[in-house]
Amino acid sequence: MSKKDKPVFESDALPERQPGVPVLQIADLNVRFPSEDGVVHAVRGVNLTVNAGEVVGLVGESGSGKSVTSMSVMGLLDENAHVEGSIKLHGTELLGRSDDWMSEVRGKKVAMVFQDPLSALTPVYTIGDQIVEALQIHGKYSDAEAWDRALELLRMVGIPNPEVRAKNFPHEFSGGMRQRVVIAMAIANDPDLIIADEPTTALDVTIQAQILDLLRVAQRETHAGVVMITHDLGVVAGLADRVAVMYAGRIVERADVNDVFYHSRHPYTVGLLGSLPRPDLDKDEPLTPVEGNPPSLLNLPPGCPFAPRCPMASEECLAAEPDLLETDLAGHTSACIKFASLSDKKYEEIYPHEEIPAAAEQGTREDAEVILHVDGLVKTYPLMKGSVFKRRVGTVHAVDHISFDIRAGETLGLVGESGCGKTTTIMSILELAKPEEGRVVVLGKDTAELSKSDRKLVRQDLQVVFQDPMASLDPRLPIYDIIAEPLKYNGYPKARIASRVEELMALVGLEPAHANRYPRNFSGGQKQRVGIARALALEPRLLVLDEPVSALDVSIQAGVLNLLERLRVEMGLSYLFVAHDLSVVRHIAHRVAVMYLGRIVELGPVGEVFDHPEHPYSQSLLSAIPVPDPVKERARNRILLQGDLPSPANPPSGCPFHTRCPKFQTLDEADRARCTGETPLLASAGGQVDRQVACHFPEGVSVF
Amino acid sequence: MFVLRYLARRIVNYAILLFIAVSLGYLVASAALDPRNAFDWTNPNLNKAAVNASLTQYNINPDTSIWLRYGRWLRMVFLHWNWGWTPRGEAINSLIATRIGVSVRLVTIGTILSLVGGVAVGAWSAVRQYHWSDRIVSFICMLLISTPTMVLAVVMQLGATRFNQATGTQFFQFIGETGQHPSYFGAGLIDRLQHLLLPTISLAALSMATYSRYQRNLMLDTLGADYVRTARAKGLRKSRAIRHHALRNAIIPMATYFAFGVAQVFVGATITEQVYGWNGMGLYSVTSIQQQDINGTVAVVAFSGVCVLAGALLSDILIAAIDPRVRAR
Amino acid sequence: MTEPNFSAAGATNRPEGSTSTAPATGPQLDPDLDPAEAEAPASGKRLSRNRLIWRRFWRSTGGKIGVIGLALVLLLAIVGPSLARWDYWVVDDNAFLSPPSADHWFGTNQGGFDIFAMTVEGLRKSMVIGFMVAAIVEILAALIGASAAYFGKRVGAILQWITDLLLVIPSFLIIAIISQHTAGSRNSTWMLIILLSAFSWMISARVIRAMTLSLVSLDYVTAAKFMSVPSFVVIVKHVIPNVASYLIIDFTLGVVSAILGETTLSFFGFGVQKPETSLGTLLGDGMGSATTSPWVFLFPAGVLVILLLCVNFMGDALRDAIDPSSKSGGAA
Repeated sequence: MSKKDKPVFESDALPERQPGVPVLQIADLNVRFPSEDGVVHAVRGVNLTVNAGEVVGLVGESGSGKSVTSMSVMGLLDENAHVEGSIKLHGTELLGRSDDWMSEVRGKKVAMVFQDPLSALTPVYTIGDQIVEALQIHGKYSDAEAWDRALELLRMVGIPNPEVRAKNFPHEFSGGMRQRVVIAMAIANDPDLIIADEPTTALDVTIQAQILDLLRVAQRETHAGVVMITHDLGVVAGLADRVAVMYAGRIVERADVNDVFYHSRHPYTVGLLGSLPRPDLDKDEPLTPVEGNPPSLLNLPPGCPFAPRCPMASEECLAAEPDLLETDLAGHTSACIKFASLSDKKYEEIYPHEEIPAAAEQGTREDAEVILHVDGLVKTYPLMKGSVFKRRVGTVHAVDHISFDIRAGETLGLVGESGCGKTTTIMSILELAKPEEGRVVVLGKDTAELSKSDRKLVRQDLQVVFQDPMASLDPRLPIYDIIAEPLKYNGYPKARIASRVEELMALVGLEPAHANRYPRNFSGGQKQRVGIARALALEPRLLVLDEPVSALDVSIQAGVLNLLERLRVEMGLSYLFVAHDLSVVRHIAHRVAVMYLGRIVELGPVGEVFDHPEHPYSQSLLSAIPVPDPVKERARNRILLQGDLPSPANPPSGCPFHTRCPKFQTLDEADRARCTGETPLLASAGGQVDRQVACHFPEGVSVF
Repeated sequence: MFVLRYLARRIVNYAILLFIAVSLGYLVASAALDPRNAFDWTNPNLNKAAVNASLTQYNINPDTSIWLRYGRWLRMVFLHWNWGWTPRGEAINSLIATRIGVSVRLVTIGTILSLVGGVAVGAWSAVRQYHWSDRIVSFICMLLISTPTMVLAVVMQLGATRFNQATGTQFFQFIGETGQHPSYFGAGLIDRLQHLLLPTISLAALSMATYSRYQRNLMLDTLGADYVRTARAKGLRKSRAIRHHALRNAIIPMATYFAFGVAQVFVGATITEQVYGWNGMGLYSVTSIQQQDINGTVAVVAFSGVCVLAGALLSDILIAAIDPRVRAR
Repeated sequence: MTEPNFSAAGATNRPEGSTSTAPATGPQLDPDLDPAEAEAPASGKRLSRNRLIWRRFWRSTGGKIGVIGLALVLLLAIVGPSLARWDYWVVDDNAFLSPPSADHWFGTNQGGFDIFAMTVEGLRKSMVIGFMVAAIVEILAALIGASAAYFGKRVGAILQWITDLLLVIPSFLIIAIISQHTAGSRNSTWMLIILLSAFSWMISARVIRAMTLSLVSLDYVTAAKFMSVPSFVVIVKHVIPNVASYLIIDFTLGVVSAILGETTLSFFGFGVQKPETSLGTLLGDGMGSATTSPWVFLFPAGVLVILLLCVNFMGDALRDAIDPSSKSGGAA
């Protein structure tokens, strides 16, 4: 903000609640950042109101301007940001205020919960001290009073044993616990507005369920207005009263939550919902991806910014950028001139369908060739503690006797929360070395018996696609060299490499003429396609897919998922698909293995496991996934897990899940003794051959 | 408890390193230096046989096999804590003791000054990044960093001479540790401080500038940290968020720099000692080599090794003291 | 990045925080906060990385001062000898310790040698030593550091141990002892280059090891491994280029510390030895008569300071330009 034309304010009084005035009114907010390439117009005319006690979901993909909007409200944007428009709290203008004045407002009237709880707390002060600081900066608390209030807050956000925990440092807390502390700090001074910026994105799904629950409680306690920023439509469906969808720095649709989900009046919203795999429904038809990429906010061409990706776009759309206007539905605004033609249409009628050839009719599973056989695989790590005073304190059983197999043409989804051992599992397999214990057999060859040259040959049949397309492609090599690399070092005839690269690029839907471009010239989805092309170069039989779409925005991930599905059918591939997003797994996998603390707790056909999970952990995991369907989501009964994942170095005796198991609570003494004493093995459930569960007391439950 | 065990293991490891380093130093020095060159071999009055005999007695005669000398030297050091003699027969032990005393008196003030000043200047200029005051301070720091100590020391000496001549006073003293001074109470102290002034600046300037650059970079990195943003969101004013949250974290890595800076300072003050005529350890490290003083050189090598290891240990301890993440759990 | 471990930092008097340079692939705090980094479609509109770096570099005053200054100093070193009226080995019997004049631009010393000619010659020597040593050090450090990271724990531990040992041994004294021994031989410059290199690579190697430790677990390195690409190829092609920016920055720091090392050693009569001359020997010779005839000392000292200042400015501006994620830098 320029210092010259400082606005003059009538009064320096802090904004106070006033009847009939919304908590937050944002009007025509524009934010521009200077950058190397020119001025980035990150927020372009945003209008938004939030009433007391109301939760407004602000939804959008990365770069859509939702975080910049929230930081403008806090007045914490970079100093070089140029902000225009009006932001009013209880009718009092915030923009242009001095930092001292804003500091009074921040934390007292407006509080914020950030995305990454791991870095949000100062590492050198105790949790208690940091909450006390938040209290004392705004209120007249004596040290003792502040401490007592801090303990009370910690108790309120569900930190057990707060008297002790308050004296701990942030690094002694898990991510979920730290987010609870951040929330405690946010509600410490009873704010009127809470801004939560992707508060659960960095957390696991069962912890996410806990935190969302806590946010609901916090909102009820403070009766504050809440702005919930997220990219996850499922979270919005469960939490928000109203939703604003952002695209390219603007709000393109704003309405009541049910209206947005069931009566979308903007093709972008329709596309987002259509490209989202559902955890609760079997759906064998392909997703409908939104083609193309969000525009750069540097020099937007005139016209609707979504037009280049919109299936309904026509000449008029390019003439001028449509304003956010009332639609046929009450209180429902949309920035699409063709909103009328969207009424009562399903997304399948709007977005073009991609046809994926059906797989050739196969015999039963037993007849198919076994591509990968894992039997009793074990991988341990020494557990070190301390960063300077390093010492070994134990052994982590990262992978503890797991067994599964993958047949030809089959996709096995491996799911579980972070730390459950899924990455270790695939890395142990990919290394093709003799495992510590157990056997890994790839295409009939036991890895324990491979010679160096055998191993090289087996490698050609077993390739990998990684999570982060940025990290998996060397940014310094042109795409051609990246795809050619496996060919070059595996004896592919030199003369045919060029044509093979072209062929592969076409196969994954890339323009072969772009072979000389560098990864940075491609979008995330395209980069992931390059990664897939490289993995396919040597015509493998089995692809290990390590969270291949989790780094992509939903509208992009659908296209990649469809590609993977098509390739599997066309090339007869098998996939080992690792993911934490269970919706994606439901969409793409045939079978699913649920991992907990290094063990597989449930294994079976994906539909059956999702619809009738038998293991209590699978049940709570599945019940924690938010479903992008407001009515259904609000009617669900969530099985909330207690506490965090136990340390893998010191897993509970007997069944490793018994410490958090909801089923365990309902058992009598004798049965409990069995859970704490005897580790349940993966055994056939309900008489089905290909359905296994590791629980003494399995019971099918429906969670959706 | 394990902290002690850890420290013990660390110290044993350091002791082994030190032993190897000093042994290497001994062998290199014994092979490369020839104590006979310390005497004017062309002087007809020189009693060559006597010199040879004394060299043998001091265990530095190049005619003796190097391994034999090494073995004797080891026994001498380990059994009697006797680090030997110079070619002229002075005992190394007492020589070194005197020199360490001189060094301590020379470097103490400068070291503290450079750390405190460096941290303060660095943090101050980080907060004013791109402000003109930051630019000026940064430029001065760059200039100091680019000025080798010998240049700074000699230029200051030059300026001081001119100043003394112009004012007809002896305000700046730049030879040795003490000089003639009147006998009133405190005159001795003032005299010492006068003698310390220029050497202290010469010692402190470069490391203060270096520390301030480190501190500025560390500060800038922490200023953008999420927890500073959280602190601001709580309602802390910028200055308080910086002081209380950014600086407190940015200071942690300084412990390492500082510990090693301290380790280097004793032997590293060579140039300052040379220019201002202080007979400390630094100067001895040079003169011992120039005078072909094998035992003295090795003693300096050992002393410097101990300093580096002490610095390493100090940095461990400092970091454990100020960083709860490292502290024993 | 910062190894809180023993001897990770500051054991040389390098002016800038070699350990505080974050790897270029640092995590983005919040994609939304940095719209410039948001994905752009595959248009050619984005500037190439190298041009961006150059633009940022050239925008900083320090970068400009550094480049222009260094170019001038280099010019002086190259054409200086042909400009000078005297050769550096020639004695002017008519001018002993004479102040600067039209004949002797920088004056003469007590031996009657022309200070300008000597300074130019010393500058040439010091620059050759500085740049050679820095180049050797970076190559050694990159290969050793990256290999140690790539080949895992055991090699890393050995490197760590060697580094610790070489840090405990006071390199200054060892170089002094050895060069004292080789005094008078014609190759004192080469000897010095080898000795300085041999004792200077460790910290850079450690930093590179720490940086590449996160890189060797990067997916594209893992991918190359799983595609049976030979280890050496992976290291040279995929690992080392990632730390190129660090190597460039470290190179400038290496030049400074090598020149400082050379001048300090030569100042005391070790290092570069008598028939040859360097800025260090000139300073050592000039110190004694600095108070009475300052030109003997001040001219070589001035040239040395300008040289170091330019290289430091360049390094600082380079770091700012290459690594904008760390906001540090911006001198002058």
